[in-house]
Amino acid sequence: MSPRVGVVLFPGSNCEQDAIEAITDLGGSAEVLWHGDATVRDVDAVIVPGGFAHGDALRPGAIARFSPVMGAIGEFALAGGPVVGICNGFQVLTEAGLLPGALQKNRGLKFLCTTIELQVESVRSVLTKSAHIGQRLRIPINHFEGNYTCSPETLAELRGDDRVVLRYVDNPNGSVDDIAGICSVGRNVVGLMPHPERAVHDLLGSTDGVPLLQSLLSAAAIPA
Amino acid sequence: MIFSVHVDVQLRAGIADPQGATIERSLPTLGFDGVDGVRVGKSIRFEVDATDEQTARARVEDLCDRFLANPVIEESVITIRAETRAST
Repeated sequence: MSPRVGVVLFPGSNCEQDAIEAITDLGGSAEVLWHGDATVRDVDAVIVPGGFAHGDALRPGAIARFSPVMGAIGEFALAGGPVVGICNGFQVLTEAGLLPGALQKNRGLKFLCTTIELQVESVRSVLTKSAHIGQRLRIPINHFEGNYTCSPETLAELRGDDRVVLRYVDNPNGSVDDIAGICSVGRNVVGLMPHPERAVHDLLGSTDGVPLLQSLLSAAAIPA
Repeated sequence: MIFSVHVDVQLRAGIADPQGATIERSLPTLGFDGVDGVRVGKSIRFEVDATDEQTARARVEDLCDRFLANPVIEESVITIRAETRAST
């Protein structure tokens, strides 16, 4: 059976259909998880997609972390279930405390909508295990608050534990240490600002998101 | 009792402030020289109904820690004042 991926829908999410389309294209089965339901049902992996959950009021993710589904996602993550937060989803996961650090407004206050180059820094995560270290990936970004920030202690921890999984080749937003994506201590929760689900077909200009999402699907196929 | 509350949310010292930096950079071009250290935060006002000021403050501190500020990058300064109102 193909792995089941739950894609969370908050009021204001706007990338959930892209994620569903990409997962389905790659042979997975995808379904929407409504933010107001305190369950992740029986899915094998969770994607927290991009958008503006709850309108990004106060701070991106500040209100979303109180949505009923987040408790269920926390338990799922604690049990080792694969969880990936993309863009706004990354912001939500940091606010919920599932990933360390925070995402600030971009350096120079520029909204960025472009395709950038990423370098795979670690393959020890549910999103990168089918990639290889040093691999360059062209993936779109689309954000205003993607400037990753954390304390020096957290940064040292991330680096020491090989938990910086993706770095920008040419830092577009001021993120500390060029960080584009990180993973949790258990390596099953990953957050990244770029949108791999928008780079899965030649028609989209890049297929470099495929190894990332395939990693997730293969992680989802292994019982947690 | 009604308490009026002012929460001043600021970025922690040492956390880069892209808004403050952008404002600061633009000041000389507008003719404002000698302005330094611009930091942008949020100012949030509301009212709390509590039996006394200590209770009100404890509730507001909890609200700040869990919601109004992100402790990773922000800190909040709370000002509380008992509201004296003419009875209606």
